[in-house]
Amino acid sequence: MEQQFDTSKIGMWLFLVTEVLTFGGLFAGFGLMQNRYPQEFVEAHEKLKRLAGATNTVVLLVSSFTAVMAVLMARTNQGKKCARYLWMTVGLAGVFMCVKAYEYTADFQEGLFPGKYYSHHGDLIAGSHGYATFFSFYFMMTGLHGLHVLIGMFLMGWLAIRAKRGEFSDKYYTPVDLVALFWHLVDLIWIYLFPLYYLIT
Amino acid sequence: MERTLTSGAILGDRPRPAKNYLNETKGIWSWMSTVDHKRIGIMYLVAVCTAFLIGGIFALLVRLSLLNPQHTLFGKHWVTAEMYNRFFTLHGVVMVFLFIIPAIPASLANFVLPMMLGAKDVAFPRINLMSFYLWCGGAALGITSMIVGAVDTGWTFYTPYSTTTDGSVGLMTMAAFILGFSSIFTGLNFIATVHKLRAPGMGWFDMPLFIWGIYATAVIQILATPVLAITLVLLLIERVFQIGIFDSRIGGDPVLFQHFFWFYSHPAVYIMILPGMAIISEIIPTFCRKTIFGYRAIAYSSVSLALLSFIVWGHHLFVAGESDLANVIFSALTFLVAIPSGVKMFNWLTTMYKGNISFETPMLYALAFLFLFAIGGLTGIFFATLAVDIHLTDTYFVVAHFHYVMMGGTVIAFLGGLHYWWPKMTGRMYSEKWGRIGCALVFIGFNMTFGSQFIMGGQGMPRRYFNYLDQFQPIHAFSTYGSWVLGSGLFLTAISLLASLKVGKLAPDNPWGGTTLEWQSSSPPVVHNFEEQPVLEHEPYDYRHRTVTHV
Amino acid sequence: MAIFWLSVVMFLGLMIPMCYFAWRYRYKPGRVTPHQTHSTVMEVTWTVIPLLLCVGLFFWGIIGYMQFAVGPGESMEIQVTAKQWLWQFEFPDGTRAVNELHVPVNKSIHLVMTSEDVLHDFYIPDMRVKRDIVPGRYTEYWFTPETIGKHVSTCAEYCGKGHSDMKATVFVDTPKDFAIWMETGGDEWMHHTPEEWGRIQYEQKGCQSCHNVDGTRSKGPTWKGIYGKPVKLNNGTSVMVDEAYLRESMMQPSAKVVDGFENIMPTFQGLLRENEIRGLVAYIKSLQ
Repeated sequence: MEQQFDTSKIGMWLFLVTEVLTFGGLFAGFGLMQNRYPQEFVEAHEKLKRLAGATNTVVLLVSSFTAVMAVLMARTNQGKKCARYLWMTVGLAGVFMCVKAYEYTADFQEGLFPGKYYSHHGDLIAGSHGYATFFSFYFMMTGLHGLHVLIGMFLMGWLAIRAKRGEFSDKYYTPVDLVALFWHLVDLIWIYLFPLYYLIT
Repeated sequence: MERTLTSGAILGDRPRPAKNYLNETKGIWSWMSTVDHKRIGIMYLVAVCTAFLIGGIFALLVRLSLLNPQHTLFGKHWVTAEMYNRFFTLHGVVMVFLFIIPAIPASLANFVLPMMLGAKDVAFPRINLMSFYLWCGGAALGITSMIVGAVDTGWTFYTPYSTTTDGSVGLMTMAAFILGFSSIFTGLNFIATVHKLRAPGMGWFDMPLFIWGIYATAVIQILATPVLAITLVLLLIERVFQIGIFDSRIGGDPVLFQHFFWFYSHPAVYIMILPGMAIISEIIPTFCRKTIFGYRAIAYSSVSLALLSFIVWGHHLFVAGESDLANVIFSALTFLVAIPSGVKMFNWLTTMYKGNISFETPMLYALAFLFLFAIGGLTGIFFATLAVDIHLTDTYFVVAHFHYVMMGGTVIAFLGGLHYWWPKMTGRMYSEKWGRIGCALVFIGFNMTFGSQFIMGGQGMPRRYFNYLDQFQPIHAFSTYGSWVLGSGLFLTAISLLASLKVGKLAPDNPWGGTTLEWQSSSPPVVHNFEEQPVLEHEPYDYRHRTVTHV
Repeated sequence: MAIFWLSVVMFLGLMIPMCYFAWRYRYKPGRVTPHQTHSTVMEVTWTVIPLLLCVGLFFWGIIGYMQFAVGPGESMEIQVTAKQWLWQFEFPDGTRAVNELHVPVNKSIHLVMTSEDVLHDFYIPDMRVKRDIVPGRYTEYWFTPETIGKHVSTCAEYCGKGHSDMKATVFVDTPKDFAIWMETGGDEWMHHTPEEWGRIQYEQKGCQSCHNVDGTRSKGPTWKGIYGKPVKLNNGTSVMVDEAYLRESMMQPSAKVVDGFENIMPTFQGLLRENEIRGLVAYIKSLQ
C-alpha cells in the first residue's frame, strides 16, 4: 500500500512538472512580448482591476489553507470535517471564478479584448499592437488558469462526496493528498500571475 | 527436424504454461479494456505499424512525384504542387507524431520494461490504457484532417504560412496536441515505474541499459512535450482569433514560433533516438555473449543526452535571422551534445571485441544501426559547424541527415528490437532466412534512397521542392528507385513476421541466451509476467555464469 | 571539404574495426568471452579526443561564418523583398528589378531583406549565400561575388505552392557591364523579337506563377486567346482587351478585376521597363 501511495505521489509530482512547463511557455512568451512593447505593457496593465486581483490572491491563499486542512482531516479519520473543508475550498474557488467573471465583464465593456478584437480607445501609442498583445496573453493565461480552477473544483467536489461517505482514513487518503497537491500548484501559478500582470511597473 | 540454434540458446526445461497473456481472456472487449502492459504494448505495436504504413505510403508518393522534373508517369501528369506539398507534410506529421515518438517506448518498452525490472506491470496501468486511447483519438483527428483538406505547411508548421494557409491546420494541430498528452503520460508512467517497481536487489546500476535509455527518454517526454502543447495551442488561437504573437502584421514575431517549436522538437529527436540506442545496448551484449563495455558510461551518456538536448534548439535557426552571439553559443553546445553519442558507439564496438558473435537478424540490424547512425551522427557535425550549416541547411543534405539518424537509427533499432523480442511477445520464432533478406533489402534500399540525397544537397538542391533543375534528375530518380527497394524490404519483413504467427516454430523461454529478467519468463509470458517474484542474482550482462545447453 | 574527409576518417575508424570484429570473433562453440566491464584510460581517451576535434571544428566554423555575418565597412546595399512567389531587388539609386540581380564582381554586397507575406529564404548555392527572410523585420547578409557569370538563386524556406518556382538569376558582372545595366537595364532586349522578349518576361518576372498560356485557369486568367476580345469584369461591365487594358492591368491591377477571380495581383509599377511591357503585350497578342 505504501509503495502504491509513494508511487502515485511521484506520478502527481511528474504531472505537476508538466503543468509548470506548459505555463512556463506562456510566461516566457509574455516576457518576450513585454520586451518588445515595454511602454504599451505598462500602460495596459494599469487597466486591470487591481483590487479584484488582490482579492483573488487572498481567496486562493485561504483556499490552499482549507485544502491542507482537508488532507489533515482525511488522515485523522474525520471524514465529515474533511468533506466540509473540501466544500469550503470549492466555495472559495467559486468566489475566485465570480470575481474573475466580474473582471472580464468590466474589461469587455471597456473594449479590452484579445487580439484582433481589441477595441479600446485612447491608448497613448495609437495603432500599436502592444496593447492587443498584452490582453491576448492576459486572457489566455488567466483563462487557462481558470480552466484549472474549474477542474480543481470538480475534483474536490467529487472527493468531498466520497469523504462524507467515509472512504478516506489514515490508511488511505491518497486522492485527497494528490488533489490538494494539484490545488497548491493552481494557487502557486496565480501567485506568479498576479504580480506579473497586475503589479509590474 | 530439430535445428541446432547457433546462438547456444538456453531452453527452459519447464513445461510451457497453458495460459498466457494472449489467451487467458478472450474477446475484443477484454483487449479494449485491458490494463495489462503486454496487451497494451501489442495494441500500440499494431497502431504504430499502421501509422508507419500510412507515413510510408506518403513517402513513396513524395519520391514518385520527383521521379522526373515533368512529374509524369508513363507520360501522364498525375500530381500538382499543391498535392505534393500535402504529401511531404503528411509524411512528416504521421511519421513524427504518430509513429516515431511513440514507437519504441509505447510498444516495445511497454512490453519489456516492467519485465526487465522484475515487476508485474507499470506503475499506473489505467493511465497506460488511457495513453493508448489518447493516441487513437489523436490519430482519428489526424486522419479526419487529412480527409477534410489536409495540411501543406510542412510538419514544422512555420508561421505565418501556417496561420494563413487554407487546409485543415486546426484539426491537425489538435491531433498533435492530443498525441502529446499520450506521450507525456507514457513518460510519466515509466519514470514512476523505474523509481518504485524494481525487483528486490536491483539498484540503479543493476538495471539493464535499456531501462536507462527509456528512463532518459521519459524525462524528456515530460519536460519537453508540454511546451509543444502550449505552442500548438498558441498556433491554433492565432489561426482562429489572430491574437498576434507570431504574425508580424499584427505585431508578432514569426521567429518566436520557431523558438517555441524547436524548444520541444529538438529534445523530441532525442525521444526518438534514445530508445533506439537503448535497444542496441541490449542486442549487442546478447549476440556477442559478452558483458557490455562501459555500462556506467552508457548509462550516464543517456542521461546527459537527455539534459543537453534541451539547450541546443537554436541550431535549427542558424539562418533564421538570430544574433551572431546566439548562433555561436548554440554551435558550441551542439558540438557538446555529439560527444555522448560518440561514447556509446565506442562502447558498443569494444563490446564486440573478443566476443563470440552470431548474426541472427537482431544482430544484423544492430550492425546496420552502427553503420547508419555513424553516418547520421557525423553529418550532424557538418551542421554544428556554422559556416558549413549556411550552405547545407534547408537542402537535401539535411533531409538525408535526419533520415539517417531517425530511420537509419531509430527505425532500424526498432526492427532489431522487434525481431529480438518477437519470440518473447508472440511465443513464435520468425523465419531467420526472411528476416535476414528483409534486413539486407532495407539496408541497401535505405542507402540508395538517402545516400544519394547527401550528394544532391551538397550541390544545392533545396528541400520541399516540387520543381527542380534538370541536372538533379538522375539523382532524384536513383533515390526513388531506392525507395522501392526499401519499401519492398519493409513489406517483406512485415509479411515474414506476420506469417511466423501461424507457421513459426514455438519459441523457448530464452532463445538468445539473454541475461536480463524478461528471459526468465515463458514465451509468451503469463499474465502476471513471472510465476514467482524474480530476484536478481548477478550484475547485468554477466556472461560468466551462463550455462549453455544446446538442442 | 575538410569536415567531409575528417568524417570519412572517423567513419572508417568505426566501421573497419566493426567489420573486423564481426569476422574475427564470429561464433565458435565453447569460446569463453572475457569479462571486460570498462577501462578508464580508453574511455577518457575517446571522450577527450573527439571533444578536442569538436572544439577545433567549432572555431573553424565561426571564422567562416563571420565572413558572411559581419560586413566590411564599404558595401553596396541592395534591398531584397520577397513575396509569394517572386523576388524584387532595389538598388541604392532606386533602380528596381524583378527576379534578376546584377552585382559587380569583387565588391562587397550587403543584402537587406524583408518579406511581404510569409517566410522565404534567399539562397545562392554557388556563393554560400543563405538567409531567411522574415515578414515584419529586416534580415541581413554580406557576400563578395568572385566569379563572373550567371548563377541561380532559389528560395530555401518553404512558402507554399510556388516555392520551387521562386528563382532569380544572379548576374555577376564586370564593373563596366554592371554600370551599363544600371543605366539602361541591359541591352538583351534588342536581341529578341518583341514576342520572344515578352515570353522571357512572362517566365522571369513571375507572371507564370499565376497565369497559364494553355487556356486553363490558375490564380489569374489565362492569356490564351484573350487579345482583341471583350472580357467580363467583376463589376458586371465588359471591356476590350487591348494594349491600354493590358498596360493598366500591369500597373494598376485593382482597377479592373476579371469576373471570377480575386483581386490579388501585385502591381508591377516601377518593376517593368518599357521594352518589357511592350514585349509582354506582343506576346499576349501572339497567343491566339
